[in-house]
Amino acid sequence: MTATSRPALRGIVEEFLFREAALLDDWRLDDWLDLFTHDARYMVPSTDLPEGDPGRDLVFIDDDIMRLRARVARLNSRHSHRENPRSRTRRFVSNVRVEETEDRQLSVSANVLVYRFRSGEGAPYVGSVEYVLRRDGEDLRIAYRRAVLDMEDLSWHGAVSIIL
Amino acid sequence: MKNAAEPMDIRDLVIDDRKRGVFRVHRSCMASPDLFQRERRLIFDRCWIYLGHESEVERPGDYRRRTVAGRPLFFVRGKDGQVRVFLNSCPHRGAMICRRDGGNAKILRCFYHAWSFNTEGELIGVPGRDAYGPNFDPAELGLKKPARVDSYRGFFFVSFNPDAEDLRTYLAGARDYLDLVVDQTQEGMRVVPGSNKYAIKANWKLLAENSLDGYHLIPTHRTYVDYMAGLGTDDSGDSLAARPPGAGRALGNGHCVSENISRNGRPIARWHPVFGEEAKERIARTRRRLVREYGEKRAFRMADTSRNLLIYPNLLIMDFVAISIRYIEPVAPDRMEVTAWHLVPREESGAALATRLDSYLTFLGPGGFATPDDVEALESCQTGFRASENEWSDISRGMLKSRPGTSDELQMRGFWRQWHANMLGRNTTNVQDGQPTESQAAAADSEADGLGHRASAR
Repeated sequence: MTATSRPALRGIVEEFLFREAALLDDWRLDDWLDLFTHDARYMVPSTDLPEGDPGRDLVFIDDDIMRLRARVARLNSRHSHRENPRSRTRRFVSNVRVEETEDRQLSVSANVLVYRFRSGEGAPYVGSVEYVLRRDGEDLRIAYRRAVLDMEDLSWHGAVSIIL
Repeated sequence: MKNAAEPMDIRDLVIDDRKRGVFRVHRSCMASPDLFQRERRLIFDRCWIYLGHESEVERPGDYRRRTVAGRPLFFVRGKDGQVRVFLNSCPHRGAMICRRDGGNAKILRCFYHAWSFNTEGELIGVPGRDAYGPNFDPAELGLKKPARVDSYRGFFFVSFNPDAEDLRTYLAGARDYLDLVVDQTQEGMRVVPGSNKYAIKANWKLLAENSLDGYHLIPTHRTYVDYMAGLGTDDSGDSLAARPPGAGRALGNGHCVSENISRNGRPIARWHPVFGEEAKERIARTRRRLVREYGEKRAFRMADTSRNLLIYPNLLIMDFVAISIRYIEPVAPDRMEVTAWHLVPREESGAALATRLDSYLTFLGPGGFATPDDVEALESCQTGFRASENEWSDISRGMLKSRPGTSDELQMRGFWRQWHANMLGRNTTNVQDGQPTESQAAAADSEADGLGHRASAR
């Protein structure tokens, strides 16, 4: 993946993001977890402080890889009651932008719309997801993933019970 | 269930047989629009209700907007350093003065007709003032305030009841528990930026109960308990019997607490592997300070016990893996809005603060490993209540014990007893499991209080 043209690079990243979205919608969470580097972070800031820093501010989620694995184990178990039975989700990923950083990582942002349906109700999570992707041979790995919600609060959902 | 045409007597909504150990709450209490309106009038218009923390408005001109007991309010720190609370509605025609969640302002200007006010609430600017007659008195047109405003140890409360008892008296036995939280810090507490706002499609009282309920911990939060066990929590006991002793207490005036010997880490002064080796010495140092300042016994309570404290009716201070302020705003019989903030000692920064912030996120918050399952449980109950032939919820656990623990339910009965007394128009009642029973007290109370005890149960 050297000297890739910009549109081609975006194509590669989009392919990766679409594959990731499908894994999440299909609840193949263990496979999804394989996309991450061992030093990865997954973060969701509070709705009233999108720029929130987990070292200083209150956020919704700030997982290192250990806690992300525990989150997936929890979601895979029968005792994650908010997601048992599992909700149906459908993700739409668009407006993908890619910047190559000096250390050859990819700084990516995308708009995302995640519809979630369960218990006779449905509502979207709307926001953007920022990534730092790292090259791993011919493949990409997620080193950082931050989902920033546009909603003013979680009044539609009551929780962040799925991966955003 | 009685049909809608047949009103349910308020006295019959709670069965409190202290001799036989029977305690039941009629499920219409969680579903009836009439009872919801009655709560507004007899509880939320009369009690002290939490507004915010002093640290949220540090500098003169800092303001915060809130909805409290249905009212849009804001609070602002004046040039004199005093915190004032105003109804967020222009005295002129009603538009909201404060249209952001927070900020800093020297002058508060209503955008509609540009009337402006200083941070003391005085009307200081009226465009085209000369068109008003001689009886137009700006002194009468300042920003309106709630009837009462007071604070205890940095926590600000309002009451819309001019005759409310003073806040210290109102807080009763809860004061000591607030002290146990605030005394953990040397330099005072502060709320960190960012809040968790979510809504639950359930009656507000279910979250008050749930926040004090030790009985549900293992079945509902198994994934959390397993996760903490994996991280080295010393006692991952899988049964209620294996859990360390704790106490459920009714503290008077509806305030209640569930108090536990902590199995998990407490960022203040109980080390846990999850905090990392590097935190060990710092935490030991804080513990030594607490022992020095407060003695071994009280230091133990601060460092090694956790508490879920309900300040009646709708505020929770959850002091376990971190300190969360959880405010419940009822919006409909089957819907509440919840805001949670994170309270931290001012002197903590860097690694200590990061440890505490991280600890918060394991359990607490709508993205944590536990709160989503509580949301699910409460919504599930609320839907279950539609099976209206199932009229009663049972809250009798541990009722005949002399020392009920956290997985017993005295701390919920204490809440319900106060609620029932308030709904009958009374301010105080015996919230403990002993005598006299609620029905005896109610019978002794004449019906001459003029409030009328009948309301439609649906």
